[in-house]
Amino acid sequence: MTSTLDRKAPAVRAPRARRGFAPVPFLAPGLVFLIAFMAIPVGLLAFYSFFKRGRFGGVVFEFTLDNWVKLFEPLYLGVIVQSVGVALVVTLLALLIGYPMAYAIAGLSPKWRTVALVAIVLPFWTNFLIRTYAWILLLNNAGWVNQWLQSLGIVDEPIAMLYTPQAIVVGLLYMYLPLMVLPLYASLQQLDPSLREAATNLGATPWRTFRTVTLPLSLPGALTGCIFVFVPAMSNFVIPELIGGGKTIMVGNLVRDQFFEARDWPFGATLALVLTIMLVLVILVQSAVSRRLTEGSRRG
Amino acid sequence: MRSTRRIVAASGCALAFALALSSCASSGGGAADETLDPDADLSQQTLTVSIWADYYPEDLAEQFEQATGVKTTIVNHTTNEDIVAKLTASADPGIDVAFVSGQYAQALGEQGLLQELDKSLIPNEENLYPEALELDYDEGNVYSEPYAWGTTGLCYRPDLTGFAPTSWNDLLDPKPELEGKTTMLSTDRWLAMPALKAAGHSLNTTDDAELDEAKAQLLETKPTLLAYDDTTFYSKLVSGEAAMVEAWDGWCNYGIAENPDIEFVIPDEGADLWVDTMTVLKSSENKEAAMAFVNYILDPEVQTWVAENILYKVPNQAAMEALDPALVEQYPTLGISVDELFEQEVIVDLGEDTTKYVDLNAEVLATN
Repeated sequence: MTSTLDRKAPAVRAPRARRGFAPVPFLAPGLVFLIAFMAIPVGLLAFYSFFKRGRFGGVVFEFTLDNWVKLFEPLYLGVIVQSVGVALVVTLLALLIGYPMAYAIAGLSPKWRTVALVAIVLPFWTNFLIRTYAWILLLNNAGWVNQWLQSLGIVDEPIAMLYTPQAIVVGLLYMYLPLMVLPLYASLQQLDPSLREAATNLGATPWRTFRTVTLPLSLPGALTGCIFVFVPAMSNFVIPELIGGGKTIMVGNLVRDQFFEARDWPFGATLALVLTIMLVLVILVQSAVSRRLTEGSRRG
Repeated sequence: MRSTRRIVAASGCALAFALALSSCASSGGGAADETLDPDADLSQQTLTVSIWADYYPEDLAEQFEQATGVKTTIVNHTTNEDIVAKLTASADPGIDVAFVSGQYAQALGEQGLLQELDKSLIPNEENLYPEALELDYDEGNVYSEPYAWGTTGLCYRPDLTGFAPTSWNDLLDPKPELEGKTTMLSTDRWLAMPALKAAGHSLNTTDDAELDEAKAQLLETKPTLLAYDDTTFYSKLVSGEAAMVEAWDGWCNYGIAENPDIEFVIPDEGADLWVDTMTVLKSSENKEAAMAFVNYILDPEVQTWVAENILYKVPNQAAMEALDPALVEQYPTLGISVDELFEQEVIVDLGEDTTKYVDLNAEVLATN
């Protein structure tokens, strides 16, 4: 998000002091929204995390640090580390697959570009649970893909494609790949063609042009895409349960289970807060890096 | 302690008005028991009933309204945890009758949230099996009347297993050819149950050594499973993905409906007896209507709907005896006798020790 805005920002910024209070009326609706649906809920999470669980859910207002101590038990720490790992792998794969896709789409004629973009967005028109169940129908041991493979004599025994940690990565990748392609496409498509022409005219090979011109200028888009993929991949709990067969759990499952199974709201709040903090940190790093990138390219 | 709690609670409210909806409201105590008026004009009362979705006739509200004149609204909850959270979050949740599983009725009763049932207003209780008044979670049905009950066992495809399982160990320590073809429930108390029962322990145990033993067994079983599945295990059987699954008896019937070869067995080591119940909230201002509703459900004509449509057994002797024999033949779990059902162990609430099961579930599911 930030990077997109930054790219459009005027080269010379208006001095801060002159802005005054003029923007307040315009900001008010957004601010109210943020306070009501972001600041207060996150504040509540932080508040709840220091109290005891009620026997039937809810919170007993006796101060305790137990929830924060529990967080550092190897079990929960392990799940958090594993979630970060899975989300990182998904993000990296999405970048590797999504970049060539976005690059190819940006190079298409306007007509085919629209077709390609619609095709990428199209799955979002179907509910995400239904698409997940469709994968289960296709990929299970008695599913269509295995039936075809067996009837064509390609394999004798069905290949186990579901209910493994790898299946979780594939499921998340499928789900969030469009979120990588779209910002990448936006940054590649906005790239001024004359820059590439200039590089070519000056004798750069296509690879060198890509490496020194296209790639650096598309990095902010790539970073945005990475955030778009990493954040939801890290907190998803449906894919691990349905496609992962519940055998590997991620931090999202832990949070959900604390509220709905364990009736332990304070610990659920602690986990949710930690997840939120981690994701905010990731976004802060992303926006700092992307600001440096754009400023760097401007100086160059 | 009470005053510090108040102060902290008050500052909590200052932090966020949302808290006012939950904790602050709950500090108001329940009203003393008032006596119910048997001649109350029910048409002056309104009723809000919370029940699991798809667990009652669609026109239940209209039926009851027609029979008694009580204006009735039915709302749905998805899980016990969901409704219990709603009921404990505020002094008056606006719900008169809540459907919860037996161990939750016990817990709510112990918390003083439930109204003692006025049996003079529930004459239909006599339709129940005598055993249905002796359930451990609520002896004598003081706070709850049973709606449906059942057990948990192995639901399997004989054509895929090649044998008829008789023990939980057939699931926990499967034959090599069944590895990757079985699923287990992962929710609440049902994850630990097969391992506890196979080792000869109570499914309500709070003994750490016994729970550790069960955990070790479950971790050994985990790599042999196709998946943990609480919602679609019967369709995995139908598709042939799984050969044998841990299943609630009623849910096994959903598989049998699509593949009549599927069979259900309660393992020799025994299983649970779960009961879904109806309770009346102490906060209700329409208690006469609420009692009338409970009584209405216990009418054999009404309660038989559950057996015929949800394919769960009901504790209503008159309703079960009137059930179409063809249906029982098609769905043998409906024919499990009350005697056999009562050989199983009733799930009871474990109070603070519930966390032991929560931790066990988390550890088994999170360990790779």
